[in-house]
Amino acid sequence: MNQQQKTLSVRLRIWRQEIGNSHGKFAEYAVNDIPVEASFLEMLDILNEQLVESGEDAVAFESDCREGICGTCSLVIDGLPHGEGQCTTCQLQMRNFTDGATITVEPFSTGAFRTIKDLVVDRSPLDRIIESGGYVTVHSGPKPDPNSIPIEENVVEDALDASACIGCGACVAACPNGSASLFTSAKIGHLALLPQGQTERYGRVRKMVEAMDDEGFGSCRNYAECQASCPKNISIKYIGRMNKDYIHATIHGGDDRGPVKAT
Amino acid sequence: MDLDAKIPSGPLEDKWDSHLEHINLVGPRNRPTYDVIVVGTGLAGASAASSLAAQGYRVHVFIYHDSPRRAHSIAAQGGINACKNYRQDGDSVHRLFYDTQKGGDFRAREANVYRLAQTSTEIIDQCVAQGVPFAREYGGMLANRSFGGVLVERTFYCRGQTGQQLLLGAYQSLQKEVDQGRVILYPRSEMLDLVVVDGRARGIIYRDMLTGEIRSSAGEAVVLATGGYGAAYFNSTNAVNSNSTAIWRAHRRGAAFANPSFVQIHPTCIPVSGDHQSKLTLMSESLRNDGRVWVPRKKGETRPPADIPEEERYYYLEERYPTFGNLVPRDVASRAAKVACDDGYGVGSTGYSVYMDFRDAINRQGGDTIKSKYGNLFDMYEEITGESPYQQPFKIYPAVHYCMGGLWVDYNLQTTIPGLYAIGEANFSDHGANRLGASSLMQCLADGYFILPQTIGDGLQPLFRDKVGTDHPAFAQAIADVNGRINKVMSIQGSSTPLSIHKRLGKTLWNHCGMSRNAGNLQGAIDNIDQLTHEFWNNVHVTGSATDMNQTLERAMRVADFLEVGRLMCRDALERDESCGCHFREEHQTEEGEVRRNDEKFAHAAVWEWGGKETNHRRNTEKIHFEHLQPATRSYK
Repeated sequence: MNQQQKTLSVRLRIWRQEIGNSHGKFAEYAVNDIPVEASFLEMLDILNEQLVESGEDAVAFESDCREGICGTCSLVIDGLPHGEGQCTTCQLQMRNFTDGATITVEPFSTGAFRTIKDLVVDRSPLDRIIESGGYVTVHSGPKPDPNSIPIEENVVEDALDASACIGCGACVAACPNGSASLFTSAKIGHLALLPQGQTERYGRVRKMVEAMDDEGFGSCRNYAECQASCPKNISIKYIGRMNKDYIHATIHGGDDRGPVKAT
Repeated sequence: MDLDAKIPSGPLEDKWDSHLEHINLVGPRNRPTYDVIVVGTGLAGASAASSLAAQGYRVHVFIYHDSPRRAHSIAAQGGINACKNYRQDGDSVHRLFYDTQKGGDFRAREANVYRLAQTSTEIIDQCVAQGVPFAREYGGMLANRSFGGVLVERTFYCRGQTGQQLLLGAYQSLQKEVDQGRVILYPRSEMLDLVVVDGRARGIIYRDMLTGEIRSSAGEAVVLATGGYGAAYFNSTNAVNSNSTAIWRAHRRGAAFANPSFVQIHPTCIPVSGDHQSKLTLMSESLRNDGRVWVPRKKGETRPPADIPEEERYYYLEERYPTFGNLVPRDVASRAAKVACDDGYGVGSTGYSVYMDFRDAINRQGGDTIKSKYGNLFDMYEEITGESPYQQPFKIYPAVHYCMGGLWVDYNLQTTIPGLYAIGEANFSDHGANRLGASSLMQCLADGYFILPQTIGDGLQPLFRDKVGTDHPAFAQAIADVNGRINKVMSIQGSSTPLSIHKRLGKTLWNHCGMSRNAGNLQGAIDNIDQLTHEFWNNVHVTGSATDMNQTLERAMRVADFLEVGRLMCRDALERDESCGCHFREEHQTEEGEVRRNDEKFAHAAVWEWGGKETNHRRNTEKIHFEHLQPATRSYK
């Protein structure tokens, strides 16, 4: 596309699936006169306006913050979760697409993520993994002053690299096995690095890994597709650390909640 | 209308403690017999729900998202204030109280603001205990940064993702309570009405967004933590689903709405590029430390910025405000940008942008230094616009950001409907006519972790064993009302899409109830909104089915409420015949074009009462008592 061009046109192959139906099919739409400044989701907004104006049901897709942080948007574009480039779907810009291109849009549907309607999937299994133990058990109320427990700067930065996860599920959608290992290990890794997370550390890893398995996610085979598709650049090193902690917890017992007892 | 804020007597410093000593409590064994409904899971909602559940209440949490972690608090970047005085630079509870009151242009309630400042330090302790990874120094102590409009370093942060990390802390605490069985989550459930029985909030009506089914839930208290109504303007820094329906429906059931016209417009956002735009992205105000804001001196300039020589550049902030220069407060910077563009000096394809230029900063400090300070913001801008701020200036323009107005609440955070509480951005209580940076996160978490969990028992205790179930006729009536409204919207089958009406409403509000307001324009806006409302109810077109996932219907229902909110915003702006903070009435300005307050007539919160229809709103007032701080004029020359 040259610099002077103000609009472009694309053909879309979009997955359409009715609610309550386990089958769907691709539908084709043409969208013309898309301003080059539009984002990919704004292009879908234009499509939906066309559909509503012509009396058709709009394509259901999810998005919210549209600035790459809430993790709601979830489209597989031309076979890649969140499309080309390590960002969320909402940060994709139309100027990076070719005029006249055909673009295939599918939901993040894979393994444990069920398609609800069109491009909307159910990612509640990720919430249930956090629910199983992805927290520190503290109630609201007076707490010690944070500076009474110094934490090394590089340790906090490492924890932040992990807790940058936005829970979008691209790692699951990208994995040939549909594994949620990157997501789960990011939360485990975040809390395992901090002093506040030590008390429940080994009980947590056991419960979360088991919750992940129970939800029907596949196991990790080190394809590293998750890391390649993660919009927040989360490293697979956290999967390694999760496995190490999990083995430790398994060998040394460790009760459901507390730390591993000294042997 | 009873607007007794129930401020405890006694010295300002002791009010909160003495209040806690004297209010009703619910004992731990009885708490599980109370059902509390919380709507929204941003910082305020998630922190309140998890705190109440941990105390033992049975908490029902409603969200329209698929997961509680999606709420828009997650997008807050800069930080959270707390007067820890770790830097020993003169910070104190009183200093934070003073800064917040002055920043709000003396239009907030002193007792609430003081309590907010008192609570701020506990928030940091609580979040660190949850595992929130705040930035640390090399010695392992917490780091601080400075924020606009204050003389101390009191802002705690996690890179540019403070809101995200704080929300994850609250979300994890919430999921812990789900695991414990004390919180029941209702995802993809949008509140569409409040149920009031004998003058008391007793439950909500919500739509299951997957099946379209209208359902109800009953409880002894309802907590609204549903954020602001800034998305009425269509283009804003809010998320695309942010809406006013929960607070507006509560308002229509009797909850008074305070200061609806107080809306903060943030000066440094990526400008609107065209009608397709769905979202405006904020660029942190820290950029104004080194970026110089300017427009060409020639109207309709077509040369690229680099070709415009120094003497043909108008550095309007530096010229008009030599003392503060590019670092004037948000409301002042926003208005100045608007004036420059209205006068025809704006740049960009729409003529509604100004330059924020780092050329001089790069020449002076070197590209590497600038990159280390602002690299992520430069990259984010380039990702969205395709232009590199290292090569050419940022193009920026103000955008709607935050609502200081909201549901009126008393000292217990209870609205004018007993049993209905509003916390976070959804209430009006702490920021007056303008909010300081890094204070919204503070308020949400103060309300949710510390204030509401301690005040809610005061209203609940007298209700022991006094339960109203969803079998009460008021629930059936409210369900019928909601169904009637949905059926009406579905049946019109006209020719205007909900989105197109929302965009036109947004333009009207932006042009006439935005950065600069006057009586004539506000009256015109009200007429215009009345026409749009008529068009909506006679010509809107919603496709699909009401008994299915239907995002077009969801939007239509929200737009219907935005139209009424927008009308009230204009009414409020019209009746507040003074300028203060964000509310700039052109009729009331100093010779230099600055805000001129009228404390004699308008030192009050305007508290609006629903009178049965849009045209019958009644204006009440709650006087602001200046007992500890005397209002002063702000000058930035």
